[in-house]
Amino acid sequence: MINVKLSDVSGPYFGQYGGRFVPEALITALDELDTEFRKAADDPEFAAELQRLHREYTGRPSPLTEVPRFAAHAGGARVFLKREDLNHTGSHKINNVLGQALLVKRMGKKRLIAETGAGQHGVATATAAALMDLECVVYMGEEDTRRQALNVARMRLLGAEVVPVKIGSRTLKDAINEALRDWVANVETTHYLLGTVTGPHPFPEMVRQFHRIIGEEAREQILERAGRLPDVVAACVGGGSNALGIFNAFLDDKDVELRGFEAGGEGIESGRHAARFSGGALGVLHGARSYLLQDDDGQTLPSHSVSAGLDYPSVGPAHAWLHDLGRATYEPVTDDEAMEAFRLLCRTEGIIPAIESAHALAGAMRVGKGAAAEGRTGPDGEPLLILVNLSGRGDKDVATAARWFGLLDGADNGVAAEELERQEGRG
Amino acid sequence: MSTVTERATGSGTGDLIARLREEENRPALVGYLPVGYPTVDRSIEALKTLVDHGVDIIELGIPYTDPVLDGPVIQAAAQGALDAGARVRDVFRVVRELTEYAPHVPVLVMTYWNPVLKYGPDAFAHDLAAAGGAGLITPDLIPDEGADWLAASEAHGMDRVFLVAPSSSVERLRLTVDASRGFVYATSLMGVTGERSQVGSRAEQLVADTRAAGATNVCVGLGVSTGAQATEVGRFADGVIVGSALVHPLLSDGPLADDEWAVRLTNLARVTEDLAAGVRSARATAPADAPTGATTASGEAP
Repeated sequence: MINVKLSDVSGPYFGQYGGRFVPEALITALDELDTEFRKAADDPEFAAELQRLHREYTGRPSPLTEVPRFAAHAGGARVFLKREDLNHTGSHKINNVLGQALLVKRMGKKRLIAETGAGQHGVATATAAALMDLECVVYMGEEDTRRQALNVARMRLLGAEVVPVKIGSRTLKDAINEALRDWVANVETTHYLLGTVTGPHPFPEMVRQFHRIIGEEAREQILERAGRLPDVVAACVGGGSNALGIFNAFLDDKDVELRGFEAGGEGIESGRHAARFSGGALGVLHGARSYLLQDDDGQTLPSHSVSAGLDYPSVGPAHAWLHDLGRATYEPVTDDEAMEAFRLLCRTEGIIPAIESAHALAGAMRVGKGAAAEGRTGPDGEPLLILVNLSGRGDKDVATAARWFGLLDGADNGVAAEELERQEGRG
Repeated sequence: MSTVTERATGSGTGDLIARLREEENRPALVGYLPVGYPTVDRSIEALKTLVDHGVDIIELGIPYTDPVLDGPVIQAAAQGALDAGARVRDVFRVVRELTEYAPHVPVLVMTYWNPVLKYGPDAFAHDLAAAGGAGLITPDLIPDEGADWLAASEAHGMDRVFLVAPSSSVERLRLTVDASRGFVYATSLMGVTGERSQVGSRAEQLVADTRAAGATNVCVGLGVSTGAQATEVGRFADGVIVGSALVHPLLSDGPLADDEWAVRLTNLARVTEDLAAGVRSARATAPADAPTGATTASGEAP
């Protein structure tokens, strides 16, 4: 290919990653989806309708907030947050969901299925289904339905059926397996609204496309506010949709450093983590070739994180590609580091972040302190400029955080005790 | 990516299916069980039971953590095998024992792609050939993504059984038939493995379409669980593939004593005999329905 910008590389492959490792029964539907996606991409009416929803329903553009009191803990860097937490439904997930739901209307399908871990994508999907009058079934690991009981109730309020998945590790990975089984059986009437930049082609490219607005807005906003591009863009990486969404606008700005932060869980050496780039190897899961946590037999290993949204053993193929190209770097952040950053943002800025996003905050602190230690600054001695994607808000994580920091007393500790029991019982 | 035309000769399974068609005027019975459930040794006993009671081709499953094309019965057995410590390398030992026990019964390995990718496709093909295996059935590998496997199977003379579905376009049927060797696996319905009260109504049309796309041997699986269903499918298919109905008699929540296990094997034998009788009466009861593909020369796609 000649002079294709990194931000415009299309599937099915990102380098050696991606592809369509799924049963033949799904291929016709994937082809149809790909065709419809490309038609929609060229259709001004589709773009106008999506833009209208972003503005009037989601509340876009999401603000850019400078956080100086937090930044004081990041080696004197200037830190800006892209506030995806302020979107309707509380995270970046709504961007992708609205885009795919509009495609579903064009394809004439009436039923949506989705997987969810923490519940953010499930809630967003249930929301779009209610808005567009579509039937909605959300698969969720039984363990996750317990730790995110309020999100289960939210989805049911919105009219979705929530199916607890009781096999395997009973978390996100198994919810995706069950959604794929449903899709194989019902593909002719049903759209699988996959929530991240993985899965078979065209999902990695399509989901990136629906999230690229994050980076495009942020790039414009920071140019206006800081007068220049950031030195570093930081994001947390589970499947990788919020990270790719914000990275994409900067991929062709060679001087902007892109840093992804995975769930280091209890530390790489503990074996209880979701750090695919530190502890994984080339493999295939859920339709895509990428980095994968697996054993010597190619069996998928259970992942671990305090954050359900990062608790996934593989990662989007575009991230694997950017990693190998050296265009983005990925490193783990432990549960402890993430929770410390979580508390710090609450106390210094009055913003309760999702624990997922707290991994990016912890990463930004690490980058800022590291730069200070090396005497590294921005151009002309200006402070280092760090842009963090605050991908979601922390309402859903209050029970976990309350237990973590011992904030509940008396009878209220029941919820926390159950969470502790779950975490100790796992793995 | 290079493809070769689906071949029925020089293939362990293709030769057998052709012989059964020509000499016995009947479809083959393909029986599935996973390696290592409930233990590796007992899975060998169960597989020998299949052979002793009329299965023509063994489909040996590698237990995998994320079997997206399998329903609850096979999922439970795969998980049980993994919990009991089954390893990918056990498959070679089981293949070797089976092919020594019954040299006339080809053994295909059914596996999701990641275990083979991790082992190395060429090394896997080499070791499977050395153990006497016939080839692979790959439920989540389409030929488009299978360059490694096409090369490895070519180098080591392994069968390549790819799947087609009722949703497959004519173009995709051709692509899949061209890449397959031994037979083509037609899924009788849109769905995952499991016992069902009725065989998918689209199976017969899919078999006809797959033949029209150039296939010599088309076997039908998913949801075939009784002798009567085997008879029904055997009227139009070159083989009848049964999985969950064979796994089901073996399932248990905990370890079984020897006498309890013996009862399971007896039950398995009974189910197998019913299916074996089913494929043997498929055409005897409807000789006029013998497949037209029976005389198609190998290697020629219309």
